[in-house]
Amino acid sequence: MSHPSESAHGAAAHADDHDSAHPSHGSLRGYLTGFTLAAILTIIPFWLVMDHVIASTQATIIIVLGLAVVQIVVHMIYFLHLDTRSENGWNMLAFIFTIVLVVIVLGASIWVMYNENANMMPMSPQYMHHKQGS
Amino acid sequence: MNTIAIDPAHAEPREFLCREEGHAHNGTLLGFWLYLMSDCFIFAALFACNAVLGNSYAGGPSAHDVFDLHGLAVNTALLLVSSVTFGFAMLEMARERKRAMLGWLAVSGVLAAVFVGLEIHEFASMIAEGAGPGRSAFLSSFFTLVGTHGLHVTVGVLWLIVLMVQLGKHGLTEANRRRLMCLSMFWHFLDLVWVGVFSYVYLVGVLR
Repeated sequence: MSHPSESAHGAAAHADDHDSAHPSHGSLRGYLTGFTLAAILTIIPFWLVMDHVIASTQATIIIVLGLAVVQIVVHMIYFLHLDTRSENGWNMLAFIFTIVLVVIVLGASIWVMYNENANMMPMSPQYMHHKQGS
Repeated sequence: MNTIAIDPAHAEPREFLCREEGHAHNGTLLGFWLYLMSDCFIFAALFACNAVLGNSYAGGPSAHDVFDLHGLAVNTALLLVSSVTFGFAMLEMARERKRAMLGWLAVSGVLAAVFVGLEIHEFASMIAEGAGPGRSAFLSSFFTLVGTHGLHVTVGVLWLIVLMVQLGKHGLTEANRRRLMCLSMFWHFLDLVWVGVFSYVYLVGVLR
């Protein structure tokens, strides 16, 4: 990395020398592939929601969230260059640990609060209306 | 007294039983990655708030009333293109082409600055319509999450400006390369968080 002549050999030789210590800078092809995939994965959910393509709201939500997960993976691979070799695998290990905790935080919050709302807090306008009507 | 030190049998370097990998040559990048992972927790907590409070309109405007999806599409495009141009800057750095690199960095910075400007405009018009963060729990969680992301992007732009001055003054030194790699990770990470924001907070928010 410190030798200017080394850069003349191109990104491939550079990556081979220092892959374990430095994240690779990627390649033009990689960035363009990532950009194309990300653009497609962004346009589809916008199209689904703005043009009301699918009648079922539930199905649209699941597809939009699924495409978001795929796009996050695309960003991880093509833009952040996350792989099992960078920093001797510590990047990947920290990432997996983070994902586990994020899933627990998000999943448990939604799960607990949904049940809390459903069982203990009858404050929605529909309920109040129903209560007054009966 | 000194015979042990002079004795050639003891002169050979002592072998230590330390066969596993030592510290990485440059630990800063791993450390910065760990910071980004901790930043993930901040955003996860704010996403969880939005998921729980997203339907609590308190009789005020709903997501469908306040979100402008055309403006959102422009913002999303700005951030995605800015992420790619930052990647181009990193490629130019690897090729030692400082001028081209500074050019791509400037493009990335301008795109992100326009993104922040549009977001401030969106916030201002929402508050002017009476849909400020104090109106309902839904709007509080929305402003906190999107505002935190916008604050990150703003800090990223400031960091970029400072780094461009450093690069202009001192060139592509080892320290500047390291800083640029950290900022690159930060930049791509913010684009990644934005995928969650536009998909979940805006698009799913409008649907549910």
